[in-house]
Amino acid sequence: MVALARRVALDADFGAAVDLRAIDHGFDLHGAYLPVLEDVSFGIPAGQFVALLGPSGCGKSTLLRLVAGLERPRHGDLLVDGEEVRGPDPSRVLMFQDPTLYPWRTVWRNAALGLEARGLLKEQRHRVDQALALVGLNKFAQAFPHQLSGGMAQRASLARALVNDPRLLILDEPLGKLDSLTRLAMQGELTRLWQARGFTVLMVTHDVEEALLLSNRVIVVSDRPARVRADLAVDLPYPRHRDHPELLRLRREALGLLGLGQDW
Amino acid sequence: MTVLAETAPRVAETGAHRSGGDRLANSLRLPVAAGLLWLGVAGVILAVPDAQELERTSLLGVLAIVVGAAQLGVAALSWVTAHAARLARFAPWLIVLALFVGVWEALTAKLDVLPLPFFPSPQAFVEVYTDDWRRLGDSLLHSLLLLARGFAVGAAVGFLVGVALGWSRRVGYWIHPVMRLVGPLPATAWLPLAFFIFPTSASASTFLIALATAFPLTVLTWSGVASVQTAYYDVARTLGANERFLILKVAIPAALPHVFVGLFMGLGSSFAVLVVAEMLGVKSGLGWYLQWAQGWAAYANMYGALLVMALMCSALITLLFRVRDRLLAWQKGLLQW
Ligand SMILES: Nc1ncnc2c1ncn2[C@@H]1O[C@H](COP(=O)(O)OP(=O)(O)OP(=O)(O)O)[C@@H](O)[C@H]1O
Ligand SMILES: [Mg+2]
Repeated sequence: MVALARRVALDADFGAAVDLRAIDHGFDLHGAYLPVLEDVSFGIPAGQFVALLGPSGCGKSTLLRLVAGLERPRHGDLLVDGEEVRGPDPSRVLMFQDPTLYPWRTVWRNAALGLEARGLLKEQRHRVDQALALVGLNKFAQAFPHQLSGGMAQRASLARALVNDPRLLILDEPLGKLDSLTRLAMQGELTRLWQARGFTVLMVTHDVEEALLLSNRVIVVSDRPARVRADLAVDLPYPRHRDHPELLRLRREALGLLGLGQDW
Repeated sequence: MTVLAETAPRVAETGAHRSGGDRLANSLRLPVAAGLLWLGVAGVILAVPDAQELERTSLLGVLAIVVGAAQLGVAALSWVTAHAARLARFAPWLIVLALFVGVWEALTAKLDVLPLPFFPSPQAFVEVYTDDWRRLGDSLLHSLLLLARGFAVGAAVGFLVGVALGWSRRVGYWIHPVMRLVGPLPATAWLPLAFFIFPTSASASTFLIALATAFPLTVLTWSGVASVQTAYYDVARTLGANERFLILKVAIPAALPHVFVGLFMGLGSSFAVLVVAEMLGVKSGLGWYLQWAQGWAAYANMYGALLVMALMCSALITLLFRVRDRLLAWQKGLLQW
């Protein structure tokens, strides 16, 4: 993985810049309109790591699907590098909340999916091995998904996203199913990788501490329909320590915004 | 049969408490019994004079001796290799078969109590294969060829139409109503028309078998493709997959378990149509052989052909199971045939 990181080198403009302008979105549910996103506006400069926090069911995954281009917003403009997002693109990879590995493919061939879809697999096989090594699954390369634990499946899905060398990595609770130790290790790997490759990250998490440890900015959204409630800058050097007073202060603030202020 | 089969594990259980040698001796009891029983049957066949006029009595006797000797050989070899010991699991079946053949032989050839020609003796059954193997083999070959042609055409068409129906709304608009109307019609209903329209009875039969195969396969492939989770497509789309990739590498593999259910159903109905087509139109094949044997009241030949047909169908189903097990190795809990 180190080799891979060096090969790409730190290219200041590698990451994609994202711009959301007054996004409205919703669904038709049982004949009625269910507003999910309301006037959501924020920008992410190239190379920034942004964490998205919000209550369950508020519309975080929906927002990520819009950014990935899997759905078009009902209103508002969604720009990546100044261009309207019209559909999915391999430079913006979404790692889903569920691993959704293909049960008929081995872990290796699941991770190779993006390269295969773009016809790059022949030249870049080593990238698959590297990504699997990074998430600690090289011993399970030939296993089928039903032979994996929930956390392993999630790591396999992270490897499948990383293989593609995305300019924008969109992560939906990527480490949610991991035990605390693996989680710490993967948080470290993610930070290192982000620093080495310079891609932009938009990550949903339900763990306030994780958001503060990893990101440059934490965006807190309200309950459905989601609106941006706060945009907290986290100006601390990496690697960060969870006991840092500034981090503790931000933590209290974020929890307060999520409605848990008093008891914490 | 059940009584005998149930005693087998019980023998093994009690043996576990004794020494190793005793246990082995116990597990050999059934093969030895089967061997001796078959030799006994051979003795009856060869020693008791036939009450009917029969040709292959001595051959049948020799066959019984061979089966019996083979069982005793297995028992003897079990002392040497564990490999042979595994063959011993057929012993309960062979005991039952020996009793069956013995009673059958006694009631027909030796005592002549069962009416001819409906109940031919075992040696008459053997005679079918020794004297008529050429015609039987030829019929088998013709049946296999016809079935292979029809099934291949039907499977290819059914699969493609199923994928198209599952994938494209426009295809669905035109094909769905036609399929709903025509699909459930049994393929045999087309028989008179097919033999009239097609230039040869072979092409007509191929068409009928293909039709019988295609319908269940189309429906199941279609439902398989239609029920693929949209999340699977989303994953591939964010990774840069085009439509071709989505069909070939996502929709079809995801639908494959359904496709195989369709193939099994298609194969089953193709057997039915094969036999009917051969009986009514084609002048070759096992179906025709059955018809011909009935015309001559050659019941032994009919039973002989039925056995060949059963073996053929069973072998084809087994083959399909093997293919499925290879392609769907990723599924857990597959049914073992
Ligand atoms: N395809 C859909 N059709 C109808 N409603 C939908 C659809 N997708 C999402 N929703 C609704 O949109 C709302 C937001 O869903 P979303 O998955 O974005 O929540 P979330 O913030 O990711 O929640 P969680 O933290 O639990 O994952 C929910 O109320 C959900 O019912
Ligand atoms: Mg979600």
